[in-house]
Order: sequence, then C-alpha cells, then structure tokens
Amino acid sequence: MELGTKQDEQVLDIRNLRIELQTSRRTAVNVLEDVSLQIGKGEIVGVVGESGCGKSILSLSVLGLLPPAMRISGGELWYKDELPLHAYDNRRLQRVRGKEISMVFQDPMSSLNHGLTVGFQVTESLRLHLGCSKSEARERAIMLFRKVGLPRPEKLLHEYPYQLSGGMRQRVMIAIAISCNPGLLIADEPTTALDVTIQAQILDLMRSIREDDGTAILLISHDLGMIADMCDRIIVMYAGKVVEHGTASEIFDHPRHPYTIGLLNSIPTPAKKGNRLYSIPGTVPALHERGAGCRFASRCEYAADRCRQEQPPLIQVGKQHTAACFLLEEVNANAVV
Amino acid sequence: MNYYARRTLTLLLTMLFIVVLTFSVFRIIPGNPALTILGVEATDEQIAMLEAKLGTDRPLGEQFIDWIQGIAILDFGESLRFSEPVLDLIAARLPVTFSLAVLAMAITVCVAIPLGILAARTKGKLVDMVVSIGTQIGLAVPSFWMGIILILVFGLTLKWVSVSTYVGWSESPLFALRSLLLPAIALAIPQIAIVVRYLRTTMLEQLNLDYVRTARSKGLPEKDVHYRHVLKNALLPVITIIGIHFGELLAGSLVIEQVFTLPGFGSLLITAIGNRDYPLVQGLVLIIAFTVITINFLVDLSYRWLDPQIRLK
Amino acid sequence: MMNRKYSLSLVLGMTFVSLLLAIMLISLFYTPHAVNVMKIADRLQGPSWNHWLGTDNFGRDVLSRVMVGAQTAFMVGAVSVGIGLTGGLIIGTLAGYAGKWLDELLMRGTDALLAFPGILIALLLVTIYQPSMFQTMLAIGILSIPSFARVIRSGVLQHREAEYVKAARGIGAGHMNIIFIQILPNIASSIVTTAALSFSTAILVEAALSYLGLGVQPPDPSWGRMLNESQSFLGKAPWFTLAPGLVITLTVLGFNLLSDGVRDVRDKRG
Repeated sequence: MELGTKQDEQVLDIRNLRIELQTSRRTAVNVLEDVSLQIGKGEIVGVVGESGCGKSILSLSVLGLLPPAMRISGGELWYKDELPLHAYDNRRLQRVRGKEISMVFQDPMSSLNHGLTVGFQVTESLRLHLGCSKSEARERAIMLFRKVGLPRPEKLLHEYPYQLSGGMRQRVMIAIAISCNPGLLIADEPTTALDVTIQAQILDLMRSIREDDGTAILLISHDLGMIADMCDRIIVMYAGKVVEHGTASEIFDHPRHPYTIGLLNSIPTPAKKGNRLYSIPGTVPALHERGAGCRFASRCEYAADRCRQEQPPLIQVGKQHTAACFLLEEVNANAVV
Repeated sequence: MNYYARRTLTLLLTMLFIVVLTFSVFRIIPGNPALTILGVEATDEQIAMLEAKLGTDRPLGEQFIDWIQGIAILDFGESLRFSEPVLDLIAARLPVTFSLAVLAMAITVCVAIPLGILAARTKGKLVDMVVSIGTQIGLAVPSFWMGIILILVFGLTLKWVSVSTYVGWSESPLFALRSLLLPAIALAIPQIAIVVRYLRTTMLEQLNLDYVRTARSKGLPEKDVHYRHVLKNALLPVITIIGIHFGELLAGSLVIEQVFTLPGFGSLLITAIGNRDYPLVQGLVLIIAFTVITINFLVDLSYRWLDPQIRLK
Repeated sequence: MMNRKYSLSLVLGMTFVSLLLAIMLISLFYTPHAVNVMKIADRLQGPSWNHWLGTDNFGRDVLSRVMVGAQTAFMVGAVSVGIGLTGGLIIGTLAGYAGKWLDELLMRGTDALLAFPGILIALLLVTIYQPSMFQTMLAIGILSIPSFARVIRSGVLQHREAEYVKAARGIGAGHMNIIFIQILPNIASSIVTTAALSFSTAILVEAALSYLGLGVQPPDPSWGRMLNESQSFLGKAPWFTLAPGLVITLTVLGFNLLSDGVRDVRDKRG
C-alpha cells in the first residue's frame, strides 16, 4: 500500500483552521488556532494530546458537528481537494457525512440508539446513501458484519445494542462507518472505553480496513502507545494549537517540542520501574487563561521571555517534521530520558 | 417477585381498597342512612322498607359480603330513584362517556405530539415561547369554562355546531361526532398542554444524548433524526403520562357532560347525588374508579413491554 | 424562561398572585356595589362606568361578586393546602423515618389515593353530607395529601443520613427537632412548589364542584357557581361568563407560574 501526500491523492486538507466558542452574546474565544493537517489516501494520521487540547473538536469540525456555541471562524477544510467543507451548509454536509467521511465515537453504548436494532442502524445508512432496497441493505449489512468480525450476523441484525458486548458494539459502529465506503474514517478515541484485549482487536480491524479498502483514517487519542502503533504520521496538540507534526518515527525517536518530550517521558516503561513516574508539572491553561505567548510556556522548563510574548510558528526540523518552539537547539541538547 | 406479579398485586389491593371505600362510605354515615335519604318526616314504616331494600337492617359483615358477591357478578343493586338495576343504567350511559373520552384522547395525541416535537426542535426561539405560553394558559383554564366558551363561539356566534341536542351513535355517527366534538376539544386542551410540555422535555433530554450525534454523523436529515431516532425513545415515558392523566380526563368529562348536557356517566352521577340514590352513586363511583385504575395498570404494563431493554431481559 | 438570571415565571407568578390577593383583601372592606343587592331592572347589562364588569341575571354587580368570590377561592385553597400539608407531613415523615413495611404500606395507600380521580372523592363526600364549603375544603384537602406526602417522604429519605443530621443527633437532638428544624428547611422549596400547585388544583376543583351545585352554596360567593349562572344567558349576556372564567384562569395561572418559578430558582442554585 503506497503512502504519500501527493496532491492528487490527498483525502483531507485542513489549513489554518480556527474555531471559536461563543461565551456570551458579544464575546468569543478561540478554541482552536491555526491548525493544519493533511491526510493522504490510505494514510493513518494520529492526533494526540491531553484532554482539552481540542483534538475532539477538530474531529467534529470536519463534518460540521460542532456544538451550537462553536463555529469555524477561519481557515479551510478540503476533502479530496474538491469539497470545501468549511463553506458547506448543513444540507450539503449531510451528503458527505456517512458517505465520504464517517465517524466512530468513543463510547459505543451511548453512541448507538438503544431503542433501535443494530441491523436498522446499519441499513439506515445503506438505504440513505446508496439507495439500497430493504433486502439489498439487509444482505450488505450481513456482509459488513462479517467483515468486521461479528459472529452470527443474521441473528445480530435483530438485536439491540444493550444485548451486545462493548467490543461487539464498537464493531457495529465501525460497520456503520464503513458501510458506504468512505474515503476517510475519523475515529475519536475508538478504544478508550474498551477492555485492553478488545482494544487490540479493534485496532487490527481498523488496520485491515485501511489495507483492504484504502480508507484513510484520522485517529484521535490521548494514548501515545496506541498512536505510535497505528499511525503513519502524527500531530501533537496542546491547548488548541499544533505543537509538533511528523512521521511516527520522527516524533517518537526524535521529539523536538518540550511538550512532546514531556509526554513521552511520562509513558511508563519497564526501564523506569522503581523510579518515580515523570509527569509534566502544572496543568493545561483554561480557555481564558491563555496568554499571548506560547501556550506551553507556563509549564516549560526552557521557557524564555520571548516564549511568553510571541507564539512560536511551526519550524521545519526534519523531512516531514515540524515543531513550534523558539528554543529548538536548546531543547535538542537535552536528550529524552 | 417479578414486576408483573407485584404490579398485579398492587392493582388488586387498590381495587379492594376502592371496594371497601365505596362500601364503608355509605354505611359509616352518622345516623341512619335510610333516615338521611328519606328525611326527617319519613314514617317508621317507610324507613323500615327502605332499610330492607338497602339491606342496612342486617349486620355489617353480611352487608359487606353481599356487596362483594354482588360486584363479582356485576350486580350493584337497584337504583332507588329509577327502580332499575344500577348496572343497566350505567351501561346505557357508557357509549357516550366512552366515545367522549376516546375522542378527547385522539385529539390530544394528534395535536400534542407534533406540537411537542415542534417545541423541542425550535427550543429558545419564538415558536417555542409561544407554545410555552399557550400550554401555560391551557393548564390554567378550567376545562368546563372552555366548554362554555366553545359553545359561545362556535355554537352561538358562528353557529357551526348545534349544541342543543345530543344524537346517539346508533342514530347517526356523523351527528354524534358533531355533538361530541366541542366537549372533546374542551377536555383535550389541558391534556394537550400536559403532553406537549412533557414531550418537549423528554425530547430535549434525548437530543442531548450521544446517539443523536452519531445519527447526524451518518448524514441523516434532521427530520429523520427527530422522528425516527429520538421520538421513539422520547414518546415512551409520555405514554405513561397520558395514561396517568386519563383519570383526570374522566373526571373532567363528568363536569363537561353537564356543560353540554350529554347523557353520560357524569349527568347520571350528578342526578344520583341529588337524589341521594346511594346504590347508584356507589356503583358509578366503583366502576369509574376501577376503569381508571385498570387503565393505569395497562399503561404501566405496556410501557415495560414497549421498552426493548426491559422487554427482552 | 430559564436563560436569564431571574425566573420570569416566578416574577409573573408572584405578580398575579399578589394582585389577586390584594383584590381579595380589598373586598373584605370595600366593593364597588353591595354584593347581594338585586336590581332586576339593571339585569344582564354589559360593562359600563357604573358596573365595570356588567351585571348578572339578578342585576348584581359582577365585579363586586368576583372580588368577593376571591375570598372563597383563597379560603378554600388555603384550608385545603393546610389539610394536605398536615396530612402529608404526618404520612411523609412516618414513611420516610420509620421502617420499610410501614413505608410500603403508606406509599401503596397514597398511590391508591392518587390514582383516584380527585373529584370522585369530593362527590362521594357530598353525597353523604350536605354540600357546603366545609365539605369542599375537606375533600380537596384529602386529595392534596398524597402529593405532599411524597415530597416530604423523599426529602426525609434524602436527608435522613446527611452529615448535618448525624451531627444534630450527636448532640442529642430529638426526632421532632431533627424533622422540623434540620430537615424541613432543606425541602422548603419543594414544599412551596407542591403547595402552590395544590392551591391551583384546589381552585379548579372548587370551581367545578360549585358549577355543579355541589360545592360552595349560596349565599357564599363562588366563581364556579357564577359560571353556572352565566351559562343560561350566553346568548343575551356573553360577557357575564367571561369575568369569573378569566379570574379563575388568572389565579390558577399565577399559582402555576409561582410553582414553576420556585422550582426554577431552586434548580439554578444547584
């Protein structure tokens, strides 16, 4: 499977996206600022960061599913260089959702309608986007269930979500998401609510979807390990901004931004056994506490005056590797623990 | 004990309670019931005759057993005033009250459900506020006065409906409908208000849940999200509410029948009370109470049956 | 009505209720015309300077009768709510405080009462005893007991094991003290909500009963009975039916809004 970011094979192109939150009738606060991201055909791109960094909001913004108080206030979202999603109204977006781009959410129990059978929830998409008849949709649903590894698909069609285990429900969600062969699958913390053993299975499933159908995947998570495992490229977000961007090996073998380094340091490994686990001091600043300078300055051990006054732009540090920091040489001098 | 058994037990206990209540209420009157009915000028003979008829000259225990036995075979005694079996009198009035209640229910459901959905969809906007004000007023207006106003507007001023006579179903369904329409509307208004408010609440609750986001992410038009996904879940608790308020509906119909001079349970009851026709009052109260309780029971059961999570467990 | 700092319902509710209360209080001392004076010559007139709301079928001033009718309404409302509250307190605290089986028994009992269409109880009582204001108040009062019982019971259950109750018990407070001084103030707003709602129900039931002739009897004034009187003259004097009906609506609306408002404020406080 060829990976690449050739222009004509680009599935998703996010340019300088800015999203604001209406806090009162007159005031709005930026939740995401200057976020850029490209996903090529068949690539798996990961977005990693702590809670509150805006990664979920990023995922929701692609399909225009932001909560009512938020809106895209700047930047562009292009699907396959053809569809300007940022400019689409709800009606146009409905034609994209579930068909060209679909989503898988974190908690499959609450994300499925408890009052409808899983069969109905799958066939619904098929009938809506592909115009299938009832029986056609039923056949396809059975095939989809088999594809995602669900046992006894015919029987499953008539069951309700609560009758299934967590792993099975998530497979149903994935079946729904891939039912119309989307070019892009957005998965927001798809395994967080699942058992560790099931997690691995779901991730394998997602990998096979990429292999077999060439579907690109935007994977959102706070779990560094999983992101490292799955993704071709990774962006690291902090407090609404991208702080580092690169291939998986670039990020994990040569992290450049102090935040990324801190994150990697805090992963427990057998080598660290017996020692106190490192954690980045301080907490993520709240929306209104974000200052004019680098968002990470308050917790950064290298922070200088310039950091507190200006926002660092993304600086090229490798072939596909960028990091947003003024003090990259200094930071590099201190190796990862 | 499983839920159904427990619920049936509650039903039976409540029925027993009502049986005891209707029995004791007329026996525990201070003084002599027969005397109270006939008045102070009654002769001893008259009193004795009435007592024999009512059965109040016998021991209380015997009377109670008689009462229970009577209920089991649907024998509620004879009306003092009309000298006919109570059951027959009640049965004759049943079609009117029944069709009035059903019509009112139908109007409620047909109007309240779309309105409730509308209010939820347009939350915070002008439409929602108008509906909110409307329902507040609907709850506050006494339904029998609404009946009077409807007579005034549609009967007298606009002369659309004839309000003088009631035409039975057997004679002419169309005219029967005409005579029942205004009273049914008057009855339905407070019910509509209740259902709209409740449905709006349940819909808003559902709209906050994750599965709505999933449905939207599938590209479903809002209409489908509301009607196919949300409504089903939101409607379930509302059904129980409708059932619970059926009792109020029936109570309201008792008064409305007087407003529109419809020959139903209500007017029979009022007449019976005026005549101190104890057996008739007893029978009516018992039957009405039983009906309400049974409907509550059925609604309860249907709720559990309709909710897939509970049904399949 | 919830996206402001205050509750519109509460404000409106209190306004309506205060207005009506004021009218009622005024009527104790003054009405534009004597309430029971009949002047057949003036019967069934529409609104005029002399009679702001017109006259009834006996030539009596409608406005004055409506004002005095408020006395009945408030009286019936207050007494019924009083009965309901007292009964509810007893049953509710017993159910919440005492053992499991007593709780079950009491709750099944109140549920049974709740299922009973309210007006039937009133009608039952009226059959045995003569219809009167007292019967009406008693019947409606009994009807209100279940709602109060539930609210108080759930409040007691909720707070029974709370820290401050344990603390009070620790310093030797007796049961009565705990109930009245510790727990009740915390559920005060729920009680007020229920009371306001019961009040409006009381007014509606009383109006219905009096309309049927089975509630408050002459010469005691009643809005419900006025509605009955007005119905025979719908053609000649349509305005006669409007005044009592509107004032009932406004009173009930006022108490409903009050109830909603108190609940809104309590919810907002968290």
